[in-house]
Amino acid sequence: MQFDMSSDQEFFRETTARFLSDRVPVAELRRLSEGGAGYDDDYWRQGAELGWTSLLVDEAHGGGSISGDGLADLALVAFEVGRHAAPGPLVSANVVASALGSAGGDAHAEVLAGLLDGSALATWASTERRPHDRLGDVALTVRADGDELVLDGVKRPVESADRAGHLLVTGRTGDGLTQVLVPTDAPGVSVRPLRGVDLTRRFAEVRFDAVRVPASAAVGEVGGAAEQVERQLQLALVLACCESVGALQSGFDMTVEYASDRYSFGRPLSSYQALKHRFADMKTWLEASHAITDAAVAAVSARSPQAAELASVAKAYVGDRGDELLHECVQLHGGIGVTFEHDIHLFLRRQTLNRTLHGTPAEHRQRVATFVERGATHEEDAA
Amino acid sequence: MSAAQIDEADEVEGVDAFRQRARAFVRDNLRRIEPGEVVGILRNDMTDEEELAEVEHDRKLQRMFFDAGLAGICVPREYGGQGLTPAHQRALNEELLGYEFAARMQSPTMSPCLAVLLDFGTEEQKRTHIPRILTGEEIWMQFLSEPSGGSDVAAALTTAVRDGDEWVLNGSKVWTTGAWWSDWALCLARTNWDVPKHRGLTVFILPLRREGVEVQRIALLNGFRDFCQEFLTDVRVPDTDRIGEVDDGWTVGTRWMFHERMLYNSPYVTAPPGQGHAGVGTRTILLAAREAGHLDDPQVRDLVGEARVLQLVGDALQERIKDGMTSGALSDQAAAIGRLYTGLAQARTTAIAYEVSGADGVVWGDDDGPLVDVGTDYLMRQISCIGGGTTEMARNVVSERVLGMPRERTLDRDVPFRDVPRSAS
Repeated sequence: MQFDMSSDQEFFRETTARFLSDRVPVAELRRLSEGGAGYDDDYWRQGAELGWTSLLVDEAHGGGSISGDGLADLALVAFEVGRHAAPGPLVSANVVASALGSAGGDAHAEVLAGLLDGSALATWASTERRPHDRLGDVALTVRADGDELVLDGVKRPVESADRAGHLLVTGRTGDGLTQVLVPTDAPGVSVRPLRGVDLTRRFAEVRFDAVRVPASAAVGEVGGAAEQVERQLQLALVLACCESVGALQSGFDMTVEYASDRYSFGRPLSSYQALKHRFADMKTWLEASHAITDAAVAAVSARSPQAAELASVAKAYVGDRGDELLHECVQLHGGIGVTFEHDIHLFLRRQTLNRTLHGTPAEHRQRVATFVERGATHEEDAA
Repeated sequence: MSAAQIDEADEVEGVDAFRQRARAFVRDNLRRIEPGEVVGILRNDMTDEEELAEVEHDRKLQRMFFDAGLAGICVPREYGGQGLTPAHQRALNEELLGYEFAARMQSPTMSPCLAVLLDFGTEEQKRTHIPRILTGEEIWMQFLSEPSGGSDVAAALTTAVRDGDEWVLNGSKVWTTGAWWSDWALCLARTNWDVPKHRGLTVFILPLRREGVEVQRIALLNGFRDFCQEFLTDVRVPDTDRIGEVDDGWTVGTRWMFHERMLYNSPYVTAPPGQGHAGVGTRTILLAAREAGHLDDPQVRDLVGEARVLQLVGDALQERIKDGMTSGALSDQAAAIGRLYTGLAQARTTAIAYEVSGADGVVWGDDDGPLVDVGTDYLMRQISCIGGGTTEMARNVVSERVLGMPRERTLDRDVPFRDVPRSAS
């Protein structure tokens, strides 16, 4: 999380933090994990009232930011959500809000309005079932048929699909990409809930069997959505990293405190150099995760030429080191660290989930290699 | 001069205007660095004559910066600096990206040496030496480490004994980079053996070309011969060349090591961003992988990606640490976080270059282009975790000073230094 917050941003972050502490303390998370839903409707609606889904949408479309930099503001929310391991499809809903706000036009104004006030939900159906589960692989087809678009394929995992009224579906039309806003009650859409590692975030597999929607359901141009999809990916990556960094911060703070409170052989754990040195490494990973995430947020917000690369770098680094950091936290807790009773797993779960959604660290390293190669070619051409 | 005129003269140059001025200077005067250049670890690729010519060139560059009003950006004007801010320094550094710069003038001359002079020097010392540093006339060394111990610098055995208005120094210092072509040194010496180790130290400054100072070059395992060891035999230093109070050298030493850790984060250092990554970088790895013909191998691409990740995360981390320390959100000790990250990241990056080189990483011919000497760099891999304070020391600082964990127990704290057990010599 950045150091140079404005006082408005600090107040905003504080408000969200207080709301989360009140509404979803760890006892509540444990309760929510047992039901199917993962969160209560009024929780999400109140979050929306705080601005959680409005920040990437401009004022003309009913949104608005705190600081003028909506993504930087939303990064603070995502960080707090991660720090509390809080429920809700924050990343996915905001990706859709951003897409509808910028490319949705009037046809989708009602869905957007519902997202903004929290009365309805729309999430992003982007990644697919194996073997099409690799980063960037899109096999679902969107075919034009007269005044209609026809969708065939399987999306997975789709966040909160069972409680979303609409899904923003990314599909393929020939060589190009197309995005369609599909009502989940359209004939041919079937939603199969999945189980997962996070206590409160819910995912499903969604099948589209010859699903027909009017051509006006398209968001952006049919076959011309690649740029928009890339933008959505970048948003999803950096916001997931913000959440993860929040989870890392909580896990780390908790473990530092434990190490000073816990005594063995007459000394606190934190007095052993063998452990202190591991804490130093963890602190370094944590600060580096904050740093690269903030840098990626800034680049994506500014639509800088380096945005795509920095978003992947952040995902690769936070995904990789973040897992290591939280498993170290578990290790340093000893036996209590692998119990359900202890809270550390709430944060490990959140990090583990975010690490893999929208591309594993290895997939993002491959993507970064492509940027490196391209950059070198540019420089050599220029020289 | 009227008050209005004084105001005008003292008006601080805006960062944007300064940047324009810096950019014009850089483009008109400095040589562009070829983007394809392979950078290894302390490669011994120059003869002594070439090295000395480079030193002279760096001095000339420093003088050009000075004449253009671009030297000592954060140094007060009365000592020949510009009296500007770290934001100005950062702008200048950014403009230097892709251009030559006075590399040998930066570390340790600007930071820690000049920084320590600013913090603790007498008015006379500052007025004498800082302008000479800024014009490239004086290149400084730090006489800190000793053969008897690297990390435990407060256990210095080099001794200074008072003789009237002078001090007489005896002992040995080591790991001074380029002492054979340098001019002055900042030296930590023991002035009292009858008190605990931190309370009997004093800092002095002395010219390297003075009677009793013998400089020997050390050959590293890759043949690099720029590090030196000095033998001090009855070297006489006037008391006016003492820095700080007698026996209070550890106060100076603590700041000294802080400035050393700051290195490329220091507001006194003029170097393009990314110098923290001197040594094997992503570009070298890409060129080596391409030369080897393995750039399409997914495993190799994973490694290229990893190197780039380490580089960009490192850049972002250094920015964060710098911002955090400037705003007070992070303590000054947080510099150790950057030091730890950089040491480990560089070692890993060097290993990656070796990994993508295959068998050519261990045997090569002169015509193997970017693959030449990658294996030797790999043998030198750990230097990034040793030089400038080991990563183990950085871990102590991060855990104890940043996270506030209990200090290690030491056996030399409240004992007269003469009674402290020492290494077998």
